Amino acid sequence: MRFLVVLALCLLAALPARAEEILAGLSQKQLSLTVNFEGSEILVFGAVRREAPLPEEGELHVIVTIEGPPTPAVIWRKARRLGIWVNVESMRIRAAPSFYAVASTGPLEQILSLDSDLRHRISTRLAIFEAREDATVANPAAFSDALVRIRQNENLYQQLESSVTLERDTLFSTTISLPKNLVEGSYATRVFLVRDGAVIDRFDTEIDVQKAVLERWLYNMAYEQPFLYGLLALGLALFFGWGASAAFRVLRT
Amino acid sequence: MQVYLPIAEISVNAFLLLGVGGGVGLLSGMFGVGGGFLITPLLFFIGVPPPVAVATGVNQVVASSISGVLAHLQRKTVDLRMGTVLLAGGLVGSAIGIWLFNVMSTLGQIDLLVQLSYVVFLGAIGLMMLQEGVRALRRARNPTAPKRKLHTHNWVHNLPMKMKFRSSGLYISVFPPLLVGMAVGVLAAIMGVGGGFIMVPAMIYLLGMPTKVVVGTSLFQIMFVAAFTTMMHAVTNNSVDVMLALFLIVGGVIGAQVGARMGLKLRPEMLRILLALLVLAVCGKIAFDLLWQPSELYSISIPGRF
Repeated sequence: MRFLVVLALCLLAALPARAEEILAGLSQKQLSLTVNFEGSEILVFGAVRREAPLPEEGELHVIVTIEGPPTPAVIWRKARRLGIWVNVESMRIRAAPSFYAVASTGPLEQILSLDSDLRHRISTRLAIFEAREDATVANPAAFSDALVRIRQNENLYQQLESSVTLERDTLFSTTISLPKNLVEGSYATRVFLVRDGAVIDRFDTEIDVQKAVLERWLYNMAYEQPFLYGLLALGLALFFGWGASAAFRVLRT
Repeated sequence: MQVYLPIAEISVNAFLLLGVGGGVGLLSGMFGVGGGFLITPLLFFIGVPPPVAVATGVNQVVASSISGVLAHLQRKTVDLRMGTVLLAGGLVGSAIGIWLFNVMSTLGQIDLLVQLSYVVFLGAIGLMMLQEGVRALRRARNPTAPKRKLHTHNWVHNLPMKMKFRSSGLYISVFPPLLVGMAVGVLAAIMGVGGGFIMVPAMIYLLGMPTKVVVGTSLFQIMFVAAFTTMMHAVTNNSVDVMLALFLIVGGVIGAQVGARMGLKLRPEMLRILLALLVLAVCGKIAFDLLWQPSELYSISIPGRF
């Protein structure tokens, strides 16, 4: 019996002590893109759990990221040819999140070490994977910058520095607003607990964004049974085009 | 109120869509035009991706022409034989247009192709209409001015493979109508228009058809070519947005009825000049976008989406 207790103690000591743990919840874990969807606010909240007393030294920070389903993309650059502005050069992106928000308790470059950022791919630029084989473009960084800039303007990429509130180093909360032009899919949500620039714990969950029933049905039909879908489009056009003028004729007489 | 468009995958204001449909319907009722050449560029302006705008615009053309076709069939003002020849050309043209559309899509130049086509055609048509309108206005003020001869013999009448078109009272080669139909089909596929603005003048001045059957016959061809093009876009690009089409059609048919009544109160020469100015304004806006340096030189396209 005593042997077993000693063994258990040894095992516990051998494990890396997880002095601080992060727990989080979301106000909404499912979103439906209905006909009148106008965007949504997600509240991310939680607490730091401690087995040991609060360490004396080191700053504690919380970073929350929400990442929409990544897709490949092609970025085009326009230039003037024969007097008009046309696409002349393109660069492929292997994967870029369709949505990416980073909310934190302070400016990322101050609270997060480069090493931790690289490992967990937290900052926006690290969430984008360029296609390495595309060596034809003279200045690939300009293309990636443009991707971030365009999506920032559409509120699809958000850098929300100092938007997370952390109370007494224990309770945290933040709201992230999702714009109306969302792509459906699973939105990976990560919460990082950072002490002295290093990630000491992370919490992973996801938000499920789905088109509503009718939109889902139309979308699936358009891609899976395009012929039938085309007939539906024609049927509706003929019915409404003919029906409306017939209705007006009846109204007039 | 916002509407989420499932194929375009954007959310737009429902009243804006009804307004676009209704406004264009109003104009098409007033001027007796299909309005596809106005709907598609207006959809670009409100942020609908050009492939979806073109495919949905052509679907809307089906809706706006059906009641006209039925009315003309009843009144027997459709030259079915000529319509069928034009249609045969139109289907070939539409297939060529769809092919060109898809090639340009993969090259990343589809927006350019669509915009350039609009600038060229709207510019040309707008100027021609303006000139016609001004001439008609002058003639109305000064009735002694010489009238233009309508029916003239030209090179069209000297081509082989002649065919009789009884309703039109014509005995001409099948090639000119086939080519006219084909040109219209290409335009339907690339621009999302019915193509009446090309076909009607071509039928009158090139083929020498009597005006009595021109409108019915062109509507007949337009409806079938637009239906075929809608199917082609739906099957090859999945770019027809039924939700968008529905709002445009509902707005459009109501607008057309109101417009038809308003059109009766205005003088036809004035109407033509107004329409010409409108066409030129849309043309100017698109040309401006091509010629002026855009504020953002980069753009993103996602393979497999619009």
